[in-house]
Amino acid sequence: MKLTRSLVFGGALLVFFAALPYIGLHVAWVLPSTVNVVNSTGTLEVLALCFIFAGVALGYDVIFGFTGLLSLGPVMYFATGVYVFDITLTRWNWPLAPALALTFGVSLVLAVVLGAIALRVSGIAFTMVTLAFAQAFYYLIEDNPHGLTGGDTGLALSSVRLPEFMSGAVSNTRNLYWIAFGFLVVAYAVVWLVTESATGHVLVAIRENERRLEVLGIEPFRYKLAAYTLSSMVATGGGVAYILLIGTAVPSAVASTTVTLSILIMVVLGGAGTRWGAVTGAMLYVYLQQYLLKVAAEPSFASMPSVLRVPLSQPQFLLGTIFVLFVIFVPGGLAGLASRRSRSLKVTQREGRRRV
Amino acid sequence: MSVFVALTFSGVALGAIYFLAASGLSLIYGLMDILNFAHGLFMTLGAYAAWDVATHVPVSWGAPFVFVVALVAAVAGGALAAGLTEVLVIRPLYGRPVSQILVTIGLDLAVTGLLLGGFGSNSLSVPVPLWMMEASHIGGVNLPNADFVALLGGVVILVALEWFLRRTRYGIIIRAGVENRAMVSALGINVARAFSVVFVIGGAMAGVAGLLYAVVFSGDLISPTQGDSLLIFAFIVVVIGGLGSIRGSAIAALMVGLVQDYTNFYWGSHSGMAEIGNLSVVLLLALVLEWRPRGLFGSTL
Amino acid sequence: MTNAVHVEDLHVSIAGSHVLQGVSFEVPSSGVTSLLGRNGVGKTTTLRALLGLVAGTGSVHIMGTEVLGWPTHRIVRLGVGYVPEDRDVFSALTVEENLRLAEQTSEPRYDEVYTLFPELRERRRQRAGTLSGGQQQMVSIARALLNGWPLLLVDEPSKGLAPRLVSELAEVLERAATLATILLVEQNLALVKRLAQRIIVLDHGEVVHVGVAGELDDPLMARRFLGVAGAL
Repeated sequence: MKLTRSLVFGGALLVFFAALPYIGLHVAWVLPSTVNVVNSTGTLEVLALCFIFAGVALGYDVIFGFTGLLSLGPVMYFATGVYVFDITLTRWNWPLAPALALTFGVSLVLAVVLGAIALRVSGIAFTMVTLAFAQAFYYLIEDNPHGLTGGDTGLALSSVRLPEFMSGAVSNTRNLYWIAFGFLVVAYAVVWLVTESATGHVLVAIRENERRLEVLGIEPFRYKLAAYTLSSMVATGGGVAYILLIGTAVPSAVASTTVTLSILIMVVLGGAGTRWGAVTGAMLYVYLQQYLLKVAAEPSFASMPSVLRVPLSQPQFLLGTIFVLFVIFVPGGLAGLASRRSRSLKVTQREGRRRV
Repeated sequence: MSVFVALTFSGVALGAIYFLAASGLSLIYGLMDILNFAHGLFMTLGAYAAWDVATHVPVSWGAPFVFVVALVAAVAGGALAAGLTEVLVIRPLYGRPVSQILVTIGLDLAVTGLLLGGFGSNSLSVPVPLWMMEASHIGGVNLPNADFVALLGGVVILVALEWFLRRTRYGIIIRAGVENRAMVSALGINVARAFSVVFVIGGAMAGVAGLLYAVVFSGDLISPTQGDSLLIFAFIVVVIGGLGSIRGSAIAALMVGLVQDYTNFYWGSHSGMAEIGNLSVVLLLALVLEWRPRGLFGSTL
Repeated sequence: MTNAVHVEDLHVSIAGSHVLQGVSFEVPSSGVTSLLGRNGVGKTTTLRALLGLVAGTGSVHIMGTEVLGWPTHRIVRLGVGYVPEDRDVFSALTVEENLRLAEQTSEPRYDEVYTLFPELRERRRQRAGTLSGGQQQMVSIARALLNGWPLLLVDEPSKGLAPRLVSELAEVLERAATLATILLVEQNLALVKRLAQRIIVLDHGEVVHVGVAGELDDPLMARRFLGVAGAL
């Protein structure tokens, strides 16, 4: 019964977003682009960005929400997707398929090796180690070793070896939108399969009470590493979709800790430990961020007194504030609002136990 | 040889600032289990408070006096920011440690965003006495005077903190609370008040760190995101030293400062290795954790 | 005269398991009352709930005041000394610092405490973590006695102590009992019989028997309540 309902609902959403590029409806106010048409290039681009981060957030939810490990390193694997793919195509002139293979291969090796090191410690130390690795990765990219990454100036994607329909041309925005959407659908399917499987239940058990698992003779380390790796690979997929869509890799936009924190905020806003929550939180976050930027650029905005204009023109300020209010007043995120009672109870119990 | 001495000296000065940044973080973590992401914000706000006050004090008072006033403003700014944070967003979330971490992340983003909106991403210049831009010639080596200020700041705070933790009742409460918070309250002590004290002290030290970092290592310039980059190193220092250990933080801060300074100088000029100092610090962290997962000094003060 | 402790229908859940399922009992305001039961029936949880260290529902009166939901430090300041299971001394602090931490009145009774435990005076600058188990237990009891409070909650004080130390402990608690009401959780039946006048028996998170300590002389009773032979 519940399954049928969510299948119908999910199917409807799938059809709606897949068909959206054909909807030429005129809508005032709510669109993130200055052109008030639903299938305008600007709006499609913003939505594609929403899908990409929704997928990445979903992957991150596997390690953070489901397994209960506060990793601050997802941006590293996102950046791996962006840069390795970009470098192989642009600097080395590889064809698409080997470029993809290398990108995911690098990500897999990185995730397994660094994950194994980071998971030697637990709790806050794990969080800090993942943060430090991600930061080191950022420095490495900024360093522009052998002129590969382009450093602070960034590295534009060359579309010479890409199939025609994928290139960054404006006429291809619709295709890139579908690629981004396809990435989200695949990510959702993978995460759905994993979290509903026996492995998924072990992950939740690790979050709830790791020691009890050890008593049962289950080695949590392997499962934690698997969750870490899965979530990293999904982030890498998001990175590939991102560079195809945006066409330029800049360290501050794709490799800095701010990106990690944004992903964390998306998941918490939506509701950690729920698939729909992560997706909704990310879509809303990215959409709002882009929308607020548009609003702040409007001429009427400049005439406002600076007390209002300055805070309102900073998406970072508004989103940070919303996030703080959510953490305090809406502990389960959007998904928690939807099923308030059962969910918020779980969160308090879980946190209560961590304290003990 | 003289190059090495000068290099070591500036590494130690950098370490002193890392200690200032990390010790408050470590205390807050030790007592409250909070990984305080707003700590970088406290540093930034301390520096901005110093800048604001220093640019409003009449120059006729004399540069050294203006700098002292700026330092006091940094302490007050950091402490005030930390106190408000504790009361307004940390306190409502007692018993929910993960949410407490998240809320500090949100606060950091929000207020940094506000600063970016208000001041722009450009750097502002803090007025400092001319003396601090010069160097002293000691034993054949030129040592920047600003480094002495950093070193002095680090030592003064270390001594004051040790005194506070060993000799005062609040200090004893904090050391006991790091070990077993529940038992402290079972002796009739209001631990929540100790939380506020720790936050305010941590914030005050962060304010000093923010100002001194700007003055010593960033050419008297402050910017809204400066605290966040310093925060990462403070985190690394805290983990290497052992969460909750002040002495651990002091030693780890020296290690990190020196490693960063040496590697930067000897290899940083090679092409594509400009970030070698930062990278080697992360490598140091990985090595220490492989050897001692709890850091150098476990979890006692 | 009001009871020192009055518990009514106390329920506590920890990590999803219902540890106390409607516990009710009274502790009159003098002498020693012992809380008995097998391992894991909720004795320690009961003491912790009285102090607000774990959350519960129902009603808890300490010296006539309803305290359920109060923060721990306020409950303690009503006049409750607590000697936890496993002593919980602060190992990084010196003996003196451990005691100083416990000061809640303007006239802490250092003389009395140091007379009772002369060894602690000698070792007052030693870190508590380096003390023997017996000495740590002294620190823990000394902390609870320092303020001369009318009610003591004492959790398994003899656990892990050598037999010689147990009899020393009994003397100390006997002295303490002349000054304060004691609620004692203890597995050592000999010690209970020596100190306690009244017994309360818990099983599966409920009170199953209230009686006098003399009943424990009957080995069958002892076995029934505690699942152990009375020989202990």
